[in-house]
Amino acid sequence: MNIEDYKGVFVFVEQVDNVVSNVGLELIGKASDLAQQIGTKVTAVLLGKNIESEYKKLGAYGADVVVGVAHPMLEIYKTEPYTHVLAELIKEYKPEIFLFGATALGRDLAPRVSSRVQTGLTADCTVLEIEEETNHLLATRPAFGGNVMATIICPKHRPQMATVRPGVMEMRPYDESRPFELIQKEIDIPASCDNVEILEVVKTKSTSADIQEAPILVSGGRGVGGKEGFALLEQVASKLGGMVSASRACTDENWIEKDRQVGQTGKTVRPKLYIACGISGAIQHVAGMEESELIVAINKDETASIFDVADIGLVGDLHKILPAFLEELSKTEHANSALK
Amino acid sequence: MKIVVCIKQVPNTSEVKLDPVTGTLIREGIPSIINPDDKAGLEAALRIKEKTGAKVCAITMGPPQAEKALREALAMGVDEAILVTDRKFGGADTWATSFTLAAAIRKLNYDLIITGRQAIDGDTAQVGPQIAEHLKLPSVSYVEGIQVKDGHLIVKRQYEDRYHMIKVHFPCLITALSELNEPRYMTPGGVFDAYREKEITVWTLEDLDVDRTQIGLKGSPTKVYKSFAKQLKPAGTVLTLDPEEAASYLVEKLKEKHIL
Repeated sequence: MNIEDYKGVFVFVEQVDNVVSNVGLELIGKASDLAQQIGTKVTAVLLGKNIESEYKKLGAYGADVVVGVAHPMLEIYKTEPYTHVLAELIKEYKPEIFLFGATALGRDLAPRVSSRVQTGLTADCTVLEIEEETNHLLATRPAFGGNVMATIICPKHRPQMATVRPGVMEMRPYDESRPFELIQKEIDIPASCDNVEILEVVKTKSTSADIQEAPILVSGGRGVGGKEGFALLEQVASKLGGMVSASRACTDENWIEKDRQVGQTGKTVRPKLYIACGISGAIQHVAGMEESELIVAINKDETASIFDVADIGLVGDLHKILPAFLEELSKTEHANSALK
Repeated sequence: MKIVVCIKQVPNTSEVKLDPVTGTLIREGIPSIINPDDKAGLEAALRIKEKTGAKVCAITMGPPQAEKALREALAMGVDEAILVTDRKFGGADTWATSFTLAAAIRKLNYDLIITGRQAIDGDTAQVGPQIAEHLKLPSVSYVEGIQVKDGHLIVKRQYEDRYHMIKVHFPCLITALSELNEPRYMTPGGVFDAYREKEITVWTLEDLDVDRTQIGLKGSPTKVYKSFAKQLKPAGTVLTLDPEEAASYLVEKLKEKHIL
C-alpha cells in the first residue's frame, strides 16, 4: 500500500428509518477541522434505501462531497451488505481518514470494515488531531475504564479509522447555501451478502426525549435512594427546563430507564448545566459528563470524588437541598414576573 | 454442536484507582477477572450445552497467567480450554489479536463462536467482529437474547432505541452483552475438577499456521503514540451550608452564569 495515494477525510453517516443520526453530523464537523489542516475535502457517506432527502443536510453541515448508495439491501442495517459497500468505496476513493460513530451500529461495522481492508481502527476517541509534520491522525481515547488516556496512531495503513461516541464532537452551524458535490453511486451487492434475516424490528423507547439533547440535566445517583427520589429530581428538572439522567447504579436498580444513563456504558453528555445529586463520581460516570459547561454536585459525603470535577460542590442531603432549591426557584420566578 | 467461547482475563477496572499525587495508575493488588461480557458468553454457551448436549470450548490469548481464567471457565462447566500464548503475540492491537485468535479457532470444529461485546480494560468491541471477518463468518453483535433452533439461531440484537430479532445460520459468531444472563458460580466440585482432573491445552506460535508478519506488536496497524493521566480541571468551590443557604447560593450562582 502506498499511503501517498490516500486522500480525503470520509465520514460514515448512519441513518435509522431514513433519518441521519446526529453523531454523523457531529463527525462531519470534526472532519472539516481535520480536512482544513491537511488541505483536503470532507466526504460524507450515506447508505440506505430512500435516503435522497437527507443528502442536502450533509452538505449543509459541512460535507464537501456526499456519496449516497441506495439499495434495497441497505434499508435496515446488516453487517455484511454495509461492509461490502464500504470496502468497495474505500477501494475506489482511497480515503486517508474514515470516521464512524461509536454507536451500536458503528461499533459493529467499523471493526468489520477495518479487518476487511486490513487497516487500524481506534475506538471511542475523544480527541482527534493531525500531527503537523506527518499529517498522521492522532486519535486519543480513554483506556482502563477511563483511568488513563492513550493517543493511537496508524502510521503505515490506510485509511486511518476511528470511532467517536455521540455527543463528543460538535456540529457546525447548519448552512443550506453551502455548495456540495453529490455522487449517487451504484454498487453491486452480491446476493450472498444477505446472510442474516431480520425477523422483527421492535422500538423500545420514544425517540423524542434524549438526554444528549437536553441543555440542563438533573442527574441522580445511588444517594437518590429510589424511584420516589427521582420524582423530586423530575420536579427540579421540569422547573429548569431540563431532563433527568442517572448513574449506572440507578439504571441497574431499575429506578429509571436505561436510556437515561450517563457514563462509559451509557451516554456522553455535555449540557450547559449538570446537577449531580447523590452521585459518588466513579470514573466511569465522570467520563460521560465531565465536558458539561457547569457542574454542580450535591452529596452528603464530602470526600465523594464527584467534588473533584464539580465547579460548585454542596455538601449536604439532596433530599433537603433540592426542595429548598425548588422553593427558591419559585421565589425567583415570582420576582421576575413581578418585574415584568 | 460445538461452541467456542473467546474469553479475556482483565484487571477489574472498577477497582483501579489513580495515585492522587502522581496521577498514575495504581496496578498493585487489582484482582484479575474474566471480562464480564465474556462471562455472559460462557454462561450462554453452558445453557445451550444443558439443552442440546453441545460441547463447549473456552479459548483465550494472553500471558501464561491467563490460565486462571480458563480454570474458572472449566469450573463453570466448559469441556475444553485452550491457552494461546507466546511472547511473539505480545503487544497486539485488536487487528493482530483477532488475526491470531482466528488462526487458533480455525484448528477447531465449531458451529457457533461467542465472544463478549467488549472488554472492560480496552472497551473497543472490535475483536469479535474482526474474528468473524478473518473467518468469513456471518456475525451479530450486541446480543442480549439467544434461541437455538435447528441449524440456526434467533438472537435479539440491541440498538440504542430498538432491538432486532435476527435469524442467523451456523456457522456464525455472536458478541454477547452482559445483560444476556446472570453467570453461574463455580461449584466446589467444578473447581476441584478444573484444577485436578482437567487439562488446559497450550498453543504457541509453533502450533498456529499464521503469517508471522501479522502478529504481535509488529503485525499491529495501530501503535500507542503516547499515554498519559487525564488532565484534571481546576478545583471548584465546595461548601457545607444549611439546605436553605445552599439553595439560595445555588440560585445566585446560576443567575451569575446566566443559566437562570
